[in-house]
Amino acid sequence: MQKTYYDPADLKKFGKISEWNEELGAKFFEYYGKVFEEGALTEREKSLIALAVAHTIQCPYCIDAYTGDGLQRGITKEEMMEALHVAAAIRGGASLVHGVQMMNKVNKLDM
Amino acid sequence: MIKSLHKRKSELANSNRQLEILSNSIFQSGELPTFKHKISETGQFPLKAKKLEILQINVGYMCNQVCTHCHVDAGPDRKEIMTRETMNQCLDVIKKTGAHTLDLTGGAPEMNPNFRWFVEEASKAGIKDFIVRSNLTIITANKKYHDLPEFFKKHNVHVVSSMPHWTKGKTDKQRGDGVFNASIEALKMLNAVGYGMPDSNLRLDLVYNPSGAFLPGNQKSLEKDFKKSLLEEFNIQFHNLFAITNLPISRFLDYLIASENYEDYMYSLVEAYNPSAVKNVMCTNTLSISWDGFLFDCDFNQMLELPVNSKAKHISDYNEDLLEGRDIVISQHCYGCTAGAGSSCQGSVI
Repeated sequence: MQKTYYDPADLKKFGKISEWNEELGAKFFEYYGKVFEEGALTEREKSLIALAVAHTIQCPYCIDAYTGDGLQRGITKEEMMEALHVAAAIRGGASLVHGVQMMNKVNKLDM
Repeated sequence: MIKSLHKRKSELANSNRQLEILSNSIFQSGELPTFKHKISETGQFPLKAKKLEILQINVGYMCNQVCTHCHVDAGPDRKEIMTRETMNQCLDVIKKTGAHTLDLTGGAPEMNPNFRWFVEEASKAGIKDFIVRSNLTIITANKKYHDLPEFFKKHNVHVVSSMPHWTKGKTDKQRGDGVFNASIEALKMLNAVGYGMPDSNLRLDLVYNPSGAFLPGNQKSLEKDFKKSLLEEFNIQFHNLFAITNLPISRFLDYLIASENYEDYMYSLVEAYNPSAVKNVMCTNTLSISWDGFLFDCDFNQMLELPVNSKAKHISDYNEDLLEGRDIVISQHCYGCTAGAGSSCQGSVI
């Protein structure tokens, strides 16, 4: 039995997803490739967004992929860490902002 | 400042040991295909030398820097320097070559005591593109080098300089403390005499090598980022950026092994193998001449002591007709030149 849920080698097999549904797989990878092309945002900016999202959704494959991608693009560790703090701030803020709901409830029920 | 592998008497100072590492383990077990096997799949073995276009001369391994990725293992402690006699033999070849580009490299070529004389003489041959690979910091290292920008200008030299990043941290980590600031100062000196300016014929190109165990990104995108940052922060201009992949030899191989990145890096190179890059690899149109006059397919083969597969092995028996069509000598380090958009001393090949 496999001892861990994640195997770094599986990242390289991502393309094999298409083998069980070629049509949807092909459409996904075409979309994926298009998304990361330079548009209103640069490829570099998109790579940093991807890195921040990767940490938010805690996907080890994506963290590996977009840390490497960032290094290749010349993104510095300072830029990477700032992007992560944006993710952390939004994630933390998302918890904290629900505190308003808690406060509303307490204020309504408490004497 | 770190010492060269040679000075440290590291086992990797021995080219045979490097070749052993590149042929053993993952390649011996068949886990990864050898370069020969890979190019055979597309009918590109043996790689053949085409018409000579670039003559690259390494005038010595002495350098004022000791960069962590250096494939030459250059440094202040290297004493291999091309003599005036060998330079004269090179000049005979330069005068009759059909190559359109002459490319002087090192070490820091400027540290060869006969460098200026050689440049003066070689520039008379009227070769279209005369490159000197300058590490930049040599220009500011000592008063006697401060006039190099003027000297280069006088001889219409095309300056190609290494700059791994537009930030101090990444640059100094790869090239040594203080290198970034000295490089910025040198670039300003080159700009001041006209090098790298948008409409100038005085060519100034930068070379980007990744500062770690990863491959370079898209050359055009990197160039855009370099230009923007250097202009905004330092008012520096240059023409083109060449993105070059670090080949797994010498000090970079040492780094890969010490940081336990060797196997992953070789996997990255093999995965990024691009058969279309093979037909344009630089060894097919370049000839590399070592400080002592021996001939190699490229500067990397020179460092691995893999001589050309030809009867003409030394500058003294140079024969362009004999060298054309020779089989290129290959090993697994060649994957470095065929990864992604390919890599050469002139950057991407696709």
